[in-house]
Amino acid sequence: MYDIIIIGAGAAGITAAIYAARANLNFEIISKDVGGLTLWSPDIENYTGYHNLTGIDLVEKFKEHMADYKINVKEETITKVEKKDDNFIVKTEKEEYETKSVVIASGSSPRKLEVEGADKFEGKGLAYCATCDGPLFAGKDVVVIGGGDSALAAALTLIQMTNKVYILNLTEELTGKDKALSEKVLKSEKVEVINNAKSKEVFGEEFVTGIKYEQDGQEKTLDVQGVFVEIGHIRNTDIVKDLVELNDKKEIVTDKTGATSQPGIFAAGDLTDLPGKQSIIAAGDGSRALLSAFAYVSKKG
Amino acid sequence: MTVKIYTTPTCPWCKKVKEFFKENNIEYEEIDVASNQEAQKEMIDKSGQMSVPVIDIDGEIIVGYDVEKLKKALNIGA
Repeated sequence: MYDIIIIGAGAAGITAAIYAARANLNFEIISKDVGGLTLWSPDIENYTGYHNLTGIDLVEKFKEHMADYKINVKEETITKVEKKDDNFIVKTEKEEYETKSVVIASGSSPRKLEVEGADKFEGKGLAYCATCDGPLFAGKDVVVIGGGDSALAAALTLIQMTNKVYILNLTEELTGKDKALSEKVLKSEKVEVINNAKSKEVFGEEFVTGIKYEQDGQEKTLDVQGVFVEIGHIRNTDIVKDLVELNDKKEIVTDKTGATSQPGIFAAGDLTDLPGKQSIIAAGDGSRALLSAFAYVSKKG
Repeated sequence: MTVKIYTTPTCPWCKKVKEFFKENNIEYEEIDVASNQEAQKEMIDKSGQMSVPVIDIDGEIIVGYDVEKLKKALNIGA
């Protein structure tokens, strides 16, 4: 019987694991991969103490920190969390783990574009990672779909390598909250923001040659060779959906201590209903949720 | 066996594949397509994809970090 099973190994789960190791608890951290969405952040400029590094580098720091405490992430895919008396069973495709408490920090995944041609052209001009695939579009015209901070971060990456960057935004104005980021993007002469634009179809032959969108009831076309999708995220909460209360965005309703509606299950990071989906907030959440889980386990005995 | 991996410097999955090669003592040649247009074209021709990483194991093309396919192509037991 474990004291705590931590689900997810992004900024939140890893921080929880470090706290669990320091508290000498009997725990495991289980995740299908290590680094979570932090790994995909192009440039991180707001993580205290590390003001200028990439997501990959920050995750390396996380791994070094875990190595100091001999923490090994079990790389397994979790299929379900179930209740057993007042304990829990965490099921993966390989094993079952019985535990007194759970910290769920399985984060979120990029939302897929669901228009005609999107699946067909994925990897053939349509991409979900500007930092990865951006260099393949050097000198070309591209479009970023989305208007939030992730879309702006992708645009900033693409400005540095492509010829022209359109931003196709669904709403009246951009929704990103990072002013420093939006200023950097909007001052570039390569950038053109198109508001109130709904994507309709990605088209091409072997590779993408353009996108159709609708604006003010009219169908319009952009000739682009690259389509980068940044239209938000879906929360990875299915594995606990029968045990804890979710809101209408499928986020876990979480109180100020990290507790959920199910005693013994604590939540941290991007999948909670708390505002601010950022690595540094997730890390703080992870430590708080672990301390709350520790208090719960101690009281339970 | 000849193993080539086409990468960009900032791609997390490229890094994962390289870690996998190192863990399994596989020697590989890395080709950075961000700074080499010719290699980029070669990669797209081979794979039909504009996406990294692309791995070429004796002519067998694998796109992305796919552990099962990598193990199979490299004859590594489960």
